[in-house]
Amino acid sequence: MSARAREGELHDCRDAFTATLEALAARDPDIVAVCNDSVGSSKLGGFRNRWPERLINVGIAEQNLVGVGAGLANGGKLPFVCAAACFLTGRALEQIKVDVAYSNANVKLCGISSGMAYGALGSTHHSTEDFAWMRAIPNIVVVAPADRVETAAATEWAAAHAGPVFLRLSREGVPDLFSPGHVFEPGKSNMLRDGTDITIIANGTLVHRAVSAAGILAARGVEARVLNMATVRPIDEEAIVGAARDTGAILTCEEHGIHGGLGSAVAEVVAERAPVRVRRLGVPGIFAPTGSAGFLLDEFGMSPEGMAESAIEMAGRSA
Amino acid sequence: MGYKELEIIANRIRRRDLRTVFEVGAGHIGGEMSVIDILTALYFDILNVDPEAPMDPDRDRLVLSKGHTALALYITLSERGFIPRDEVATYLQPRSRLNGHPDCTKVPGVETNTGPLGHGLPVGVGMAKAARISNAAWHTFVITGDGEMQEGSNWEAIMAAAQFELDNLTLVIDHNRLQQGARLAETNNLAPLSPKLEAFGWAVEEIDGHDMQAICRALSTGASNGKPRCVVAHTNKGQGISFMTDDVAWHHKVPNTEQFERGMAELEAAAGIGERSR
Repeated sequence: MSARAREGELHDCRDAFTATLEALAARDPDIVAVCNDSVGSSKLGGFRNRWPERLINVGIAEQNLVGVGAGLANGGKLPFVCAAACFLTGRALEQIKVDVAYSNANVKLCGISSGMAYGALGSTHHSTEDFAWMRAIPNIVVVAPADRVETAAATEWAAAHAGPVFLRLSREGVPDLFSPGHVFEPGKSNMLRDGTDITIIANGTLVHRAVSAAGILAARGVEARVLNMATVRPIDEEAIVGAARDTGAILTCEEHGIHGGLGSAVAEVVAERAPVRVRRLGVPGIFAPTGSAGFLLDEFGMSPEGMAESAIEMAGRSA
Repeated sequence: MGYKELEIIANRIRRRDLRTVFEVGAGHIGGEMSVIDILTALYFDILNVDPEAPMDPDRDRLVLSKGHTALALYITLSERGFIPRDEVATYLQPRSRLNGHPDCTKVPGVETNTGPLGHGLPVGVGMAKAARISNAAWHTFVITGDGEMQEGSNWEAIMAAAQFELDNLTLVIDHNRLQQGARLAETNNLAPLSPKLEAFGWAVEEIDGHDMQAICRALSTGASNGKPRCVVAHTNKGQGISFMTDDVAWHHKVPNTEQFERGMAELEAAAGIGERSR
């Protein structure tokens, strides 16, 4: 696995998402995009210009947004329902549960600007509960890609997969981690770096930070394994158990609250199958103070240096 | 099919519904009795559906948004051949396909899962939009309760349907004036419904929701000039059983033996069935 965290070249994964969606839509006339007045923030302008009749804008009405998506799927369409992750999941949660998941509607829910991407706009606009909400609902594959390559691959996979998907995308720039041609496999993590002293498990915007943290750790004599856990449900249990047995300690990092998200999913597996020390980094059960996404991630101990500090503390205790 | 035959079917569905609620000891009998004539007209006169091909892409869609009256839907589906008649006896029993609210992943003929109110109409808008994009001729029908129209999601869908000019969508509001706990008028009164729908850009018609001829005529009316259609069906909760009619207590009450026999006798009398042919 090639880990190519190149600092300085940052990419907005929404561009990869919409470029892939347009490429798919050019081949499949049943693909439609559904949005809630979010053409711009979902970067659907190009899609609208090419297929105006296939861009369905319901206005500012998220319950209807998701219900319409389910109905389009029933009518033979392949809807990509795009909205700010906070509103898509929070406002339309029952529609996601009943109309999409329970009804097994072939709807792709695309949560844009997830996590704390809206930064200083405040906690109303943060989507730091969506892993927990989506993960608690049966029959939805929950995916948070780490870079533009994985975003494109996951989008292609979602279109081909028959069933509900929650694709959690950011607007924060991230460097490339994967090489072009990378194939997304749901429920399979990627080992970006091997190590024996501790495992760092991350997804989304945190993965490149985790790779950087592993570099800092190596310089200080701690060898960290780094797992990109893009799929939160179903979670890659074997990789987690392997990490617990091989490295004896696991540090999780996510742009999400520490209650119910990636860290919780990892801790559940570890507690049941291979008990070792786990520490969860994320939003620590509070409404975040004002600040950009980058500031807030640093504030909550998820700068590469902060992750490395946590890892050293854990590796020392677990040794 | 003639109106008289439809009335006979509706009467039979009412009798089966009453019997099942009595025998199983659960159901939403009031709202079931109010919607049965509408369901009968749809499944036996209006809908282009085929029990042999329940997923035919060109089928008409019906969404029973008032999913708590699932028993009436199950019995109608069984009369129409979508599920075995005997299976209705499994309603609510362990591992039965027949939940208290319909499950489209299990029951052929059910299009989407409903139960929490205010879900069916947004899904129906998506269905009608799909047909429109595909230039397909199939029609989408959604049945809601009148109390259900208190859910804001319906009004999101009503706005979108008008904006999208979905004249291939028909909403039937089962306007029985009662909700679970009280009369609409005592709770959150939406009546009169017609001017509200008209103000939102819909073509609206009011009918007697127990007049089979009126139901069939209203539901077979053609496209309405780019406007989605709403049929406000004036109905009675508990229709067909005198002591249940228009009584809020019968939302989901279960009849005792004496009440069951009285109700059944009334329905049989309406059908012209004598005591001996029970």
